[in-house]
Amino acid sequence: MAYDKDLLGAIAVTRVGLGARGDEIAQASADPQGWLLAQIRPGGADLFRTDMPSVPERLAEYRQIQLARRQTQMSPGTATQAPAPDVVQEVRRLIRENAGQDILNRLQLAAATDAPFRERWALFWANHFTVSGVKGITANLIGPFEQEAIRPRVFGRFEDLLVASSSHPAMLLYLDQAQSIGPDSPAAARAGRNGRHVGLNENLAREILELHTVGVEAGYSQADVTEFARAMTGWSVGAEREGEDHEGRFVFRDNSHEPGDRVIMGRRYEDGGYDQARAVMRDLAASPHTAHHLAAKIARHFVADDPPPSLTARLAGAYMDSRGDLSVVARSLIRAPETWAAQAQKFKTPYEFMVSSWRAAGTSPGEIARVAPVMASMGMRTFAAPSPKGWPDDTASWAAPDGIIKRMAWSETFSTAAVGERDPVTLAQNALGARLSPLAAKTIARAETRAEGLSILLMSPEFQRR
Amino acid sequence: MTNIPLGFGPLSRRQIFARSLALGITLEFAGTQVFADPLAAKRKLVVIICRGGQDGLSVSPPVGDSAYAALRGPIAIPGFGEPGGALKLDETFGLHPALAATHALAIKGEARIAPAIATPDRERSHFEAQDVLENGGTVAYGAASGWLNRALTAMNTRSGGATSGVKAISVAATAPLILRGPVETASWSPGGGPEPDHRLPGILQDLYANDPVLGPALATGLATQGMAKEASAMVQSELAAGPSEPDMMSGSSPPPQAPRQGAADARKLGMTLAAFMTVPDGKQVAAVSVENFDTHANQGSSQGQLATRLAYLDAFIDGLHTGLGPAWADTVVVTATEFGRTARVNGTRGTDHGTASTALVLGGALSRGGIIGDWPTLQPASLYEKRDTAPTLDMRGLFKGVLRDHLGVDRAALDTLVFPESARIAPLARITA
Repeated sequence: MAYDKDLLGAIAVTRVGLGARGDEIAQASADPQGWLLAQIRPGGADLFRTDMPSVPERLAEYRQIQLARRQTQMSPGTATQAPAPDVVQEVRRLIRENAGQDILNRLQLAAATDAPFRERWALFWANHFTVSGVKGITANLIGPFEQEAIRPRVFGRFEDLLVASSSHPAMLLYLDQAQSIGPDSPAAARAGRNGRHVGLNENLAREILELHTVGVEAGYSQADVTEFARAMTGWSVGAEREGEDHEGRFVFRDNSHEPGDRVIMGRRYEDGGYDQARAVMRDLAASPHTAHHLAAKIARHFVADDPPPSLTARLAGAYMDSRGDLSVVARSLIRAPETWAAQAQKFKTPYEFMVSSWRAAGTSPGEIARVAPVMASMGMRTFAAPSPKGWPDDTASWAAPDGIIKRMAWSETFSTAAVGERDPVTLAQNALGARLSPLAAKTIARAETRAEGLSILLMSPEFQRR
Repeated sequence: MTNIPLGFGPLSRRQIFARSLALGITLEFAGTQVFADPLAAKRKLVVIICRGGQDGLSVSPPVGDSAYAALRGPIAIPGFGEPGGALKLDETFGLHPALAATHALAIKGEARIAPAIATPDRERSHFEAQDVLENGGTVAYGAASGWLNRALTAMNTRSGGATSGVKAISVAATAPLILRGPVETASWSPGGGPEPDHRLPGILQDLYANDPVLGPALATGLATQGMAKEASAMVQSELAAGPSEPDMMSGSSPPPQAPRQGAADARKLGMTLAAFMTVPDGKQVAAVSVENFDTHANQGSSQGQLATRLAYLDAFIDGLHTGLGPAWADTVVVTATEFGRTARVNGTRGTDHGTASTALVLGGALSRGGIIGDWPTLQPASLYEKRDTAPTLDMRGLFKGVLRDHLGVDRAALDTLVFPESARIAPLARITA
């Protein structure tokens, strides 16, 4: 690393962290790598808040509303397909109160944390295991999913993270695993006698292979997907009739599990109930394809849309050598020379842009009703990624003309409210350190008002990138 | 709602677009084309990408196929004339009952189906297949640009060089692959345009002078604001007679279920797209995304989850048809999805990722005729890999036919530039009149 500590400090804070808050760059510049390494901890990432309603509580409340809705629909004189307005209102209230609060808590954590690499690392894994709030109740379960399944394990073994994600009610419901039943299982036979047709749903099995672990390059077949889906039958979410200890929680239902051995990607897995899919996940986590898939994605997120192959190889090597220890992978990323390239090559997503703006201004979002529509207008409706693939983080996706217009408009509104009596030149030096270009510095210094100066900072090419 | 920055105020045009986010519908516009032929300059193309793997066997249920009802079980669309039954097209095919406006167009010969169409991709992965659908190649991630953008390049070249005025715009904050590429694309969505007297846009243009990404993006974004005002004003006046509606947008999530409201919004969105295409110097080519067709569970039959999505699609098409007015006669609309779904209902009253699906081809410029491509039937021996509708038509052939006959892109460009290495895929003949 040939550059001076000031530039390295600025890179650590803006590229690997979440953007400078206060004198963070000055703090990090003494030992940029050490500043990042110190944020890794075995206990995982921070939780954004711990006193919110649990998954079972949220599901139970939703069930009550659904019940009321069905009763409304069945009562005479309401032949309409649409649910009664008060039911819609109730579900919206539930989502607003829970999911809205979850999003706000998460944003406030990002805006204020003094361990921003740890938070970025957590956000990366939350996006990797995307649960999107685009259907039914799932929006309401994303906060608990992230806090229960993801955050505690982001510096642990990937296999544990994979199993925790794949067995969390939010994921089981989002990707339809909860209702997948082995066609030759006792549960299917019983349903058949009652005239109901039940069977496999391969949605989660496919996305675990394609998105969460080995990736499509691994060359698995449709038969592998179906076999894995059979192995996963029984992984579900407890229903009301299963009692309070199980309702809304992960359950393995032996009577829904497809009997028999399975062959997946050339390996045979003996029937062992829950352990069958668990064994598949162990092998998936240990696969070099998974190592490469994850390494390439980490390199793309942290360094460049088209990252140096040497960095991907280095991270994949760290993954394989440590048997999937994500703290080792994180350390490898921090120590890799490629991570510290002088040129900022990543264009911020709207989430990253807004979080780094709050940090630069030393503020924090106060009302979700104000923030959510702004982020949606920039194309990133929080907790509502367009697919299980999660949000993209490449320049081509985000640097579209309308996105820039929206960022500019919000920068003006935000700066007017946030700048106070502060000097935008000082804010710029704090926010970008050695990354601040002479042109941007000069333009900010010439601003007509403090608010205009802060707007220019937030919209400067170097602030838009990391 | 009054304190939200960006002016998400009570203006209905803004609601339309804000709601379009909630509906999972986004618009992308492309191309102000200058043609040597003045008639050709009026021709319009709209590509609607139905994301998530749209179930062709529900869009155009082959209720006359003897295998259909048994394969589909509880999610089969009932036959012609039955309650909730398919809307008849011919002895074999109908349209889903939610597609009433589309059916009315079909009766007039202005809508047809291609019931067994597919991209070249056979992996059944949403992301790979959408990538292939949009990049126009044969493998996922094989190109960083989209075929619609490259088609603009071809039109541009033919009509006499890079200055002939081809411009592209997406009405969404993000850039879809189908429109990415060498032709600079604009984008627009409501709210948050800069006030004309503000200094910031000018300051940033100077600051971005040497930035290869931000410079062009900002310039295009600013230029688009003017056209947006015009298009919005048109819809505003068209809707002025209609009833005003309560503001539904707040918080971060769409209303869980509001099918009728959703359909009304989708119709307005179609009208807005029409306005963008009919203002002076308007857009000739547009792409639209309709999402959430991934119906793995409880997809429903005549009513239900998929029916709601199809009702939105139908309302959007209806709005587009209405808004285009006389320009509908010069328009072709194609719907496409990344893959169809399994022929058999799965264990959770849904369907899993399949292969061939249905494309709808609509417009006043359409030639009359029956189904587009062959129907392989749903007999067990005919199913692809014993599970899916077998593809009989490569989607590129349909797109090539439309681009050649409707928009005048020549065969050589289609075979190499627009759809690389596709010489063996012939443009489908006689799609347009």
